[in-house]
Amino acid sequence: MAGYAGTFLRINLSTGQIDKESLDLELAAKFIGGRGLASYFLTQEVDPDVEPLDPANKLIVATGPLTGSRAPTGGRYMVVTKSPLSGTIASSNSGGFWGAELKRAGYDFIIIEGKSDKPCYIHINDDTVEIRDAGKYWGKLVGETTDLLLEDTGDPKARVLTIGPAGEKLSLLAAIMNDKYRAAGRSGVGAVMGSKNLKAIVARGTGKLKPAREDECKSVVKNALKKIRENDVTSKGLPTYGTSVLVNVINESGIYPTNNFQESYFPTADKTSGETLAEKYLVRNVACFACPIACGRYSKVGEVEGEGPEYETIWSYGASCGVDDLEAIIKANNWCNEYGLDTISAGATIACAMELCQKGLVDPDEIDGPALEFGSGEAIVEWTRKMGESEGFGAKLALGSARLAEQYGAPELSMSVKKLELPAYDVRGIQGHGLQSATSNRGGCHVRGYLIAPEIIGLPEKLDPLSLEGKAVWVKIFQDLTAVIDSLGLCLFTSFALGADDYRDMFNAIAGQDLTTESLLQAGDRIWNLERMFNLNAGVGPEQDKLPRRLLAEPISSGPCKGHVHRLPELLPEYYKERGWDEKGLPTEEKLAQLEIA
Amino acid sequence: MVVEVRLFASFREGRFKEKELELPEGSSLGDLLAQLEIAQKDAKITIVNGSAVSAEHKLSDHDVIAIFPPIAGG
Repeated sequence: MAGYAGTFLRINLSTGQIDKESLDLELAAKFIGGRGLASYFLTQEVDPDVEPLDPANKLIVATGPLTGSRAPTGGRYMVVTKSPLSGTIASSNSGGFWGAELKRAGYDFIIIEGKSDKPCYIHINDDTVEIRDAGKYWGKLVGETTDLLLEDTGDPKARVLTIGPAGEKLSLLAAIMNDKYRAAGRSGVGAVMGSKNLKAIVARGTGKLKPAREDECKSVVKNALKKIRENDVTSKGLPTYGTSVLVNVINESGIYPTNNFQESYFPTADKTSGETLAEKYLVRNVACFACPIACGRYSKVGEVEGEGPEYETIWSYGASCGVDDLEAIIKANNWCNEYGLDTISAGATIACAMELCQKGLVDPDEIDGPALEFGSGEAIVEWTRKMGESEGFGAKLALGSARLAEQYGAPELSMSVKKLELPAYDVRGIQGHGLQSATSNRGGCHVRGYLIAPEIIGLPEKLDPLSLEGKAVWVKIFQDLTAVIDSLGLCLFTSFALGADDYRDMFNAIAGQDLTTESLLQAGDRIWNLERMFNLNAGVGPEQDKLPRRLLAEPISSGPCKGHVHRLPELLPEYYKERGWDEKGLPTEEKLAQLEIA
Repeated sequence: MVVEVRLFASFREGRFKEKELELPEGSSLGDLLAQLEIAQKDAKITIVNGSAVSAEHKLSDHDVIAIFPPIAGG
């Protein structure tokens, strides 16, 4: 069947068993692929109560039916597992080229089970799949590991997915990196890989992927490309300035969290903006597989060079830590890439530590490095390195802000939801986005339903960010459509130019389906409920649909949104109703039956 | 009246980053855009004192005005 390779790998690292299994294509279409299909397998095969770093947890690395196709941005893959950071289902997405390479090798996804008794890596070269010794790569940074693996495997066209030392040391903020700089960043998925003694997966594929309906595919892809090229955001804003063009918009709107959300306006934000990055440090733009947008930045400061930093990173290390030194932010971002750390959680955890220190809750003698003071560029760079090494106080930072703040008696200073650090938006001034952050199945996350698009940017239409009206409906639609895009294997940035009908057309043409837009969105709803059920069974229930106390009880202290708090208690009942759940936030039997996941 | 105007992204090219401008009393945001030679359709995000407003919005003394072309990120 076109779209899907039709085969997946099941690799047990405890026994060394490698199986190639046929994909049930009817099942695949029901959950689309990527995030949806991998979530289905996780819920079927893993006890929700499993300890995330136990060998019984599984790590699923999955492409979507459009990964490796001609569809614009069709290069993405998803890592699904139980998160050691949040205890929820984790699904972390990445771009680059690795996903398309796995698909061309002939596999839709890999289910990794068990634990190797020594460091290993998986080598995939079309039909040949092997588990190999990784002793010489263990302990090495991401860049060097990637270079060595490409050299040792003798195929420069292969693609490398790897963890860095942070994943090896089981940092709960560890990412899985691919193509050196792209990250399946969130939820600590790198620690799950590290817990299995799995250092890397090298993929090389030479297969050709053909769409089910060639002429139709040409037409719908051409149409999607035209929309992306004619859209000012995807054809001008993102390519010219990258994601960090958002710094000034969010700051001028008064919702740019500063000093660990103590303020919401950063007076010197422009020194760290996409405009400044382009003017001073940008070397070139970078595009992922089949991407016409090329929002990626390759930047350089002295000897430090590489991809990034992205908007969220510039915020987490910048305003969040009170730092307006873009050079320091680039260096901290580089350490995250090299150690394999989630840049959002890493920066936000340092910001939390800064506030703990500011409030005198940490004994200064414990700080075996630069003073953790808001505004210190030196601190963000060095503490990121120490976090990557799990060295001294850095070992505490490496477990994330929720555990850190709890340990020092101030859990309310962790600006997280379900223990996942919130990204770069003060939701006290954006009610819809706050609702989606509180209800996200993986915790404090902006890419489960990016309500910033309508509430701030005005796409597809402008909504009043402070109004509650209709927000529950918008959140549900955005969450469901995002689940679809993630599962197809496309980049969420396409949604600035494309609508649900465009995704339907590409899926139908490439995978030979005949879905309506309604049934595609219903698949998104199905995936959302499947994730919700995993969380409920894992003990993460509706009581965790919340926001940090600061955002609910402490009005924004200054700036354009002064005086506002988030009004979550008013929004949640409407959201639960919109989802077809009971008043407690539990999916009803009727709802699950309707979605065919009862 | 005097307002503070902040331009971002491509709007800075050939103009300025930040400037105080004197405008006739009763000026609207649309009048300011015309003075800056920015087409209203290109000024996708216009924020006055932190709130998004449209071109018809009447400006006041000491307003802080931020003007953006179509951009997004995340």
